[in-house]
Amino acid sequence: MSGPQRAAARPLSPHLQIWRYHVTMLASITHRITGAALYFGTFLIAAWLVALAISPETYGAMDVVLASIPGKVILFLWAVAVMFHLFNGIRHLVWDGPGIGFSPKVASNVSAAIYILAILSAAALMFAASAF
Amino acid sequence: MVQLTLPQNSKVKKGKTWPKPQGATNLRAFRIYRFSPEEGGNPRWDTYWVDMDRAGTMILDVLIYIKNNIDPTLAFRRSCREGVCGSCAMNIAGRNTIACTKGFEELPSGEVVIAPLPHQPVVKDLIPDLTNFYAQHAYVQPFLKTSTPTPEKEWRQSAEDRTKLDGLYECILCASCSTSCPSYWWNGDKYLGPAALLQAYRWLIDSRDEATGERLDDLEDPFKLYRCHTIMNCTQVCPKGLNPAQAIAKIKHMMVERVA
Repeated sequence: MSGPQRAAARPLSPHLQIWRYHVTMLASITHRITGAALYFGTFLIAAWLVALAISPETYGAMDVVLASIPGKVILFLWAVAVMFHLFNGIRHLVWDGPGIGFSPKVASNVSAAIYILAILSAAALMFAASAF
Repeated sequence: MVQLTLPQNSKVKKGKTWPKPQGATNLRAFRIYRFSPEEGGNPRWDTYWVDMDRAGTMILDVLIYIKNNIDPTLAFRRSCREGVCGSCAMNIAGRNTIACTKGFEELPSGEVVIAPLPHQPVVKDLIPDLTNFYAQHAYVQPFLKTSTPTPEKEWRQSAEDRTKLDGLYECILCASCSTSCPSYWWNGDKYLGPAALLQAYRWLIDSRDEATGERLDDLEDPFKLYRCHTIMNCTQVCPKGLNPAQAIAKIKHMMVERVA
């Protein structure tokens, strides 16, 4: 039989393996990751409230855990996740509502700003919390 | 479905490094995706050294240089070489674009990686199978649909209504946007993708078109339109500077407005 042979299974071209990320793409996946992180962070709040309900001693023990270095790191990361998700959520509202901020330049700058804002506001939150 | 890694038969192996041209002083390395259906096996990365003093200015010039001077078996699509046909769309240095309008001086320094448009079945080398992409374009019925009797001379449109089509009609169907979209990578069988949706919007807001309702009906399901999560890759890469992300947002607006 002549003619072109039927091609074997065609390979799938590389995607994530070769892509050079845009900051907007990074912000999008971060939004999803922080969204998932918030879900698990809610357990932390719940555990904290349950400890409060059980007894002053349990609450004290919980406080010691959260005030330790690993505890503080987790709280800080969680605060960053809250703030990032909040600010990027507002940006999604702006996209979907007034429908502005779609030019590549604006979208990239706002994405970068949200990262910085999330970290700064989380740090401010931690600082305010430690002052009390 | 989300699959972050490539299937076994698609993993790209190390290929061969072609000899450097003699007597060249301005050499640059290009790592290019190779797959031959006749040879079979896994795709591979071949490295070519190109004499940049003799290769022209655009990436398409580099590919033609390689085909003419180093390796005639390299396969890629090209036609107009001036950014109006959309044939030579591919992934260059990690971003989708058309090779004919991408100057190599715009790229980050170092080795340049060139691959076919991402997450598509590969026919050969830099040539993807775009059957699905074209079918999606056909699905949005990119032509004027009317029910009133055809006017004697022509369908008229005010200059003001005509300007609404600017930034939409210029699409050259190169597929850079759709194949840049992670949502399209994971759900390309159900999500129409930025190119088809930009085209859908082009007809939705055409003042002469009388099938707006039907067109919106055709997009109303969880996947076709709403898999857009505003990742913005489409707009970031469009070689014609169009904004599919914004067009999609406007379709979502139309969906809400007709219910309200």
